[in-house]
Amino acid sequence: MAHHNIIIPTKDKLFNLGEFSLRRPGNLVTAVILAVGLIITVIRFTQGIGSVTNLSDVQPWGMWIGFDLLCGVCLAAGGYFTTVGCYVMGMKHFHSAVRPAVTTAFLGYAFVVIALLYDLGHPLRLPYMFFFPGTTSVLFEVGLCVATYLTVLFVEFSIAPMEWLAGKFPFLLNWRKLVIRCTIILTIFGVTLSTLHQSSLGALYLIAPGKVHPLWYSPFMPMFFFVSSMAAGASMVIFEGMFAHKGVHHYMDATHLREADEIVFSFSKAASFILFAYFMIKFTDMLVQANLPYLVSGYGLWWLVEMLFFILMPALLYAKGSRERNLKLCRFAAANTVLGIVLNRFNVSMIAFNYALPSAERYFPSIWEICISVFVVTMVVTAYRFIVYHMPVLYEHPDFKDAH
Amino acid sequence: MNRRKFLSILGSAGVVSALSTAREAKAGGTHSFPYYEGSYGVLHDTTRCIGCRQCEAACNQVNNLPKPQKSFDDLSVCATRRRTSAREWTVVNKYVVHGKPVFRKLQCFHCNDPACAAACFAKCFQKQPDGSVAYDGTQCVGCRYCMIACPFYMPGFQYDDAFDPLVMKCTFCAPRMKEGKLPGCIEACPMDALTFGKRSDLIKVARSRMRKSPGKYVDYIYGEWDAGGTAWITLAPASGTATAASANPAHDLHPLDLDTHLGNRPIGELTYGALGAVPMIVAFWPVLFGGAYAISKRRDAIHEAEKEAVAREVKNDISYVVNTAANKVAETHGPAAADTVRQAASDALKVCERPLRS
Repeated sequence: MAHHNIIIPTKDKLFNLGEFSLRRPGNLVTAVILAVGLIITVIRFTQGIGSVTNLSDVQPWGMWIGFDLLCGVCLAAGGYFTTVGCYVMGMKHFHSAVRPAVTTAFLGYAFVVIALLYDLGHPLRLPYMFFFPGTTSVLFEVGLCVATYLTVLFVEFSIAPMEWLAGKFPFLLNWRKLVIRCTIILTIFGVTLSTLHQSSLGALYLIAPGKVHPLWYSPFMPMFFFVSSMAAGASMVIFEGMFAHKGVHHYMDATHLREADEIVFSFSKAASFILFAYFMIKFTDMLVQANLPYLVSGYGLWWLVEMLFFILMPALLYAKGSRERNLKLCRFAAANTVLGIVLNRFNVSMIAFNYALPSAERYFPSIWEICISVFVVTMVVTAYRFIVYHMPVLYEHPDFKDAH
Repeated sequence: MNRRKFLSILGSAGVVSALSTAREAKAGGTHSFPYYEGSYGVLHDTTRCIGCRQCEAACNQVNNLPKPQKSFDDLSVCATRRRTSAREWTVVNKYVVHGKPVFRKLQCFHCNDPACAAACFAKCFQKQPDGSVAYDGTQCVGCRYCMIACPFYMPGFQYDDAFDPLVMKCTFCAPRMKEGKLPGCIEACPMDALTFGKRSDLIKVARSRMRKSPGKYVDYIYGEWDAGGTAWITLAPASGTATAASANPAHDLHPLDLDTHLGNRPIGELTYGALGAVPMIVAFWPVLFGGAYAISKRRDAIHEAEKEAVAREVKNDISYVVNTAANKVAETHGPAAADTVRQAASDALKVCERPLRS
């Protein structure tokens, strides 16, 4: 086999941290961002939220909710999307995409929770939602589902670290077997929880009918958020794959490389259909709610930009790309979709939020808020690299070949 | 835990949440004013308000809030559009309505069925029988979803407090009410612009004022039904002719920043549909996806069986052909030649067997 040199940690040499100490621009940038992030973290937790953010009484949720939470959760949808495709729908050729997708989903959710701690006034009281459950709150449902799903993702993901550590701690083999036997239950549990909280993120804003612009406010917001999360899930698998091929190509085995392109085309096709459907339901909703007159306004134009260039366009590009088997085009469409999802979440949570207020009272994130968001993304990437360097995510562990 | 037990726990969790949602929905759906029989409210008559800020000063004093930079005697601040915050639980704003100044006091409206309470995931907000909406900061997580939910932009947050930041809003002076005292702002008002009483009585008072002075007021008691009804209700002055005003009260209320588009149902109800769908999804998704899994498994099994059947058929055909040929050869060339044929055929099959199987 034309195995390029994959470094597989062994019983005696568990760690493979060499990659982090290489003098490369990527590592340097990472170090700088992490250092700046840590400093802002200290300021945030000693001086208060007001010291680093532009949040106000009219805009209590800003960048940290709009990007870290809404986009973070949505872009981590690749986990449920891929596992359902592979295990439930029986698309066996997606198999090599499952572990990277589950890994990024787990990291995504874990860091969503970490990022959330920055935004909460009393981060240590987060578990209070379980002691004093406010069952009428959408946020309660989001919290419950995210907490449960994070656990499910942790269990799904745990196979990789167990294979990594099994040489040293053989008892993990039994756990690994148990988890693998539960794969299908975990997958179905995962998709149920994902449906619930992905849609609930949209439902969060149902309670603010006067604040979200009518073109974005709809009783069907939960549906919009859920449908777009599917497109986001498919697109993120392609989008992340693009970077993984750049950065950690040498950790991919032959199976992964052989299946990679086919996965891109399959996911592109799926994403194309989903984006078309998403476009249609949003468009229909606009008509049904008699929002047509709003289109001839600044916000109307902005809404059309989102609809045409960030939903319809990637849908068409995906269709063309998957039909012509054009890898570059599919990747472009994936980036376009991801950007569109981020734009949509920004619109709902910030740009079209408080649209009726005078511009002086409107919100724009502070540089420090953006820094923390970049810091969180960098932490995700660094954790991903650590995992890829140590655990069988992009390759099959030789001890566990054909074990699934 | 086996799978059945696990699923039954999952199911009962769904049912419990469904029941509690249904109960809450019922509480919100069937009640009509008054939410609590005999609860208190305040009638704010903006035609009487002169913008003296005495209420602001009193609020600041009785609640021990930090002193503002500009003193309460400085009436010019009313001209800037202010909102309530963690430091100011009530503010008086000056609005210019059709050329005439109108002052309106802003504070928590103490909704009958408050959106903040529906939104809070740690149950910090509670509508009290006395009419106030109470906030318990000891279990507040600081998520500020109440501030997103409040249609009146009332709650403020202590963004500058690093270790115990809380949501702050008018308490209706509930502690003072318990002592039998009036809320600070009402006691301080020199113009009788704030009338304290049972909410049901205040609605009648408002109507009688409208009746006694035709054309003075907008024919709309703001808060009677808005957002499901509020304990604090507001009367606004009519500006133009009586007919124009009664035709569209929003015309006169919007310049006062009173939103008439909130509807007459509690705001929290907007989320109950989505919450009600949760148990449906919990119950049905496993069946849906379990079914999809079963279908794909069955499809694979059928596919596999078909492949095997084809392979078997091909094998039978081949052995029939080889046997027939070998028998023919045995007849013409003798059994030794037939064995050679069989051997050659079997060798040839071994070579092509692999691609046939896979």
